[in-house]
Amino acid sequence: MKRTVPLIITATVGLLLIVANFVPALSELSEDGTTFFSIIAAIAFVLGGGSLLKVHLKKLSDRDRGWAYSLIVLGSFFVTLVVGLFKIGAPPNPAYPDKPWAGGYNEPGTFFNWIYEYLFYPLTATMFAMLAFYIASAAFRAFRAKNFEAILLLGTAFIILLGQTAAGPALTNWIPPDGPFAGLRLEELSAYVMDVFNTAGSRAIVIGIALGIASTSLKILMGLDRSYLGGGN
Amino acid sequence: MSRQAIGVTVVLSILAALIVARSLIGDGSGRVYTRTVTTEMVEVRLPASDPAAVDEEQARQGQVVTEEAWVPVDSEEAKKYASEGAATISWTSRKNVPYSQVRASPDDEGISFSWSQTLGIWLAALLTLAIFSFLYKDNPIYKTAESLVVGVSAAYWMVVGFWDIIIPNLIGRLAPAFVEANFTPGLTDLEPQWRYLIPAIFGVLLLMRLAPKGQWLSLWTLAFIVGTTAALRMVAYIEGDFITQINATIEPLYQVVRNADGTTDGYATLWASIRQLILVVGVLSCLTYFFFSLEHKGAVGKVARVGIWFLMITFGAAFGMTVMGRITLLAARFEFLFDDWLWIIDPNKQREVASVISMITG
Repeated sequence: MKRTVPLIITATVGLLLIVANFVPALSELSEDGTTFFSIIAAIAFVLGGGSLLKVHLKKLSDRDRGWAYSLIVLGSFFVTLVVGLFKIGAPPNPAYPDKPWAGGYNEPGTFFNWIYEYLFYPLTATMFAMLAFYIASAAFRAFRAKNFEAILLLGTAFIILLGQTAAGPALTNWIPPDGPFAGLRLEELSAYVMDVFNTAGSRAIVIGIALGIASTSLKILMGLDRSYLGGGN
Repeated sequence: MSRQAIGVTVVLSILAALIVARSLIGDGSGRVYTRTVTTEMVEVRLPASDPAAVDEEQARQGQVVTEEAWVPVDSEEAKKYASEGAATISWTSRKNVPYSQVRASPDDEGISFSWSQTLGIWLAALLTLAIFSFLYKDNPIYKTAESLVVGVSAAYWMVVGFWDIIIPNLIGRLAPAFVEANFTPGLTDLEPQWRYLIPAIFGVLLLMRLAPKGQWLSLWTLAFIVGTTAALRMVAYIEGDFITQINATIEPLYQVVRNADGTTDGYATLWASIRQLILVVGVLSCLTYFFFSLEHKGAVGKVARVGIWFLMITFGAAFGMTVMGRITLLAARFEFLFDDWLWIIDPNKQREVASVISMITG
């Protein structure tokens, strides 16, 4: 029961959706499958929230090390959730101003929008921006032009970086843009590398990924790969 | 107090002093002004845009079919169709005003200082600096900001999922009349679609993961997710990537480029053909490298080596683009700090006089 039913569900749903692609009468099934998936994904956010509560409430009740941070997590979680779900500060929808719940939850002026603008966006954007420092640091340590392949990688990275900034055109400004060597200008070279060499490599990678996904999907649907059920089998 | 702690305190104190000084020089910094805008709507009966949808019988008889709508009180439609004593609703909202406009019209009573947005700018700036503080080392200020990210993001995505997916796609299909009456007026299909009980049941089973008993039931939902993903992705990747990419590669090696008058452009044709040749050679050699059923020796090994060169160029380009993306994000954060918060730069020309000249003249 615990392992057979999930296997039947996976195979049935998967095969139905594949068949729906080839039978026009079943095309609605494919759309429904996508919508069902997005609904379950949205409910999974609730699971995520519940799991977060479970972990941090336990940490708080046990007075574990760093419990004060759990208090911040829970506080910010509840405030954001309440102002978002109850649409606090939401202006009426101009088309239906008599329906108080018809206004947008993320409209300018709502408390939820304020949290997005001044907490969520700056925090997440800065987190990602910090990766610039770590990528630069990792590249400095890892990139060594010790063989031909490494030189290719390093050289291409430099061409792309220079070509995308003002430094590239400035460095190769002396090459006439209409002459026979115009293609050696860094911005042109960068565009050519992206358009030709990068496209060739990316195409092969994408073809490989597609084949990999197709074979893995078939293994899952046929019940040969059961790793998602856990238990190491 | 250790030497390191003293150093950090000194740096932070200097930073705080500079921020305070900047706030006191010229027009200050990090302030937001808004204008109050009043919206007033009136209820009218307008000729229906789709009469058959409102009243099929009346529409068939050629009668004028009307429907209720809300229009701005100062609109032409309001003047034409609003009846005596028609219901009206009004509310106020606030719109941001550039500081140059505040300086230009200091007596404008409609413009006022926005405490909430000013507080927001300062909070966002301080939190940005708090995250950057991790570059020095892990510290309580960073951990506080990090905890905020966790709490706010979890709730943010829950709210987005609830209003954008669960209400329209689940509740809206199971109880459309309720959703139409409260959340999404204007829904036309008010018949419940009971097949949407399937994701609702799977959703409840998924939440069983949090229950003390019966956690294994959530595997049923996981199985549904895995089955759906496997099927949809398999078809999408085969159709959208595998076939499309092969199709795009198998093109004639001799690529003719014609001028506007129909003659062949020899130079452009040569380069287009070289481009196509490199593409075909690149794709085939990379695929040879990925083909592990044959040992990479002899001719196969040489072709695979060319494939490695192409892959190295691809990885180099991907690395360059990733760095560029992150640097762009970093630049955007610095722009926020120096433009919106400190008013030192003004790329959008919102307060030219206030930021630049006042800094110089004090």
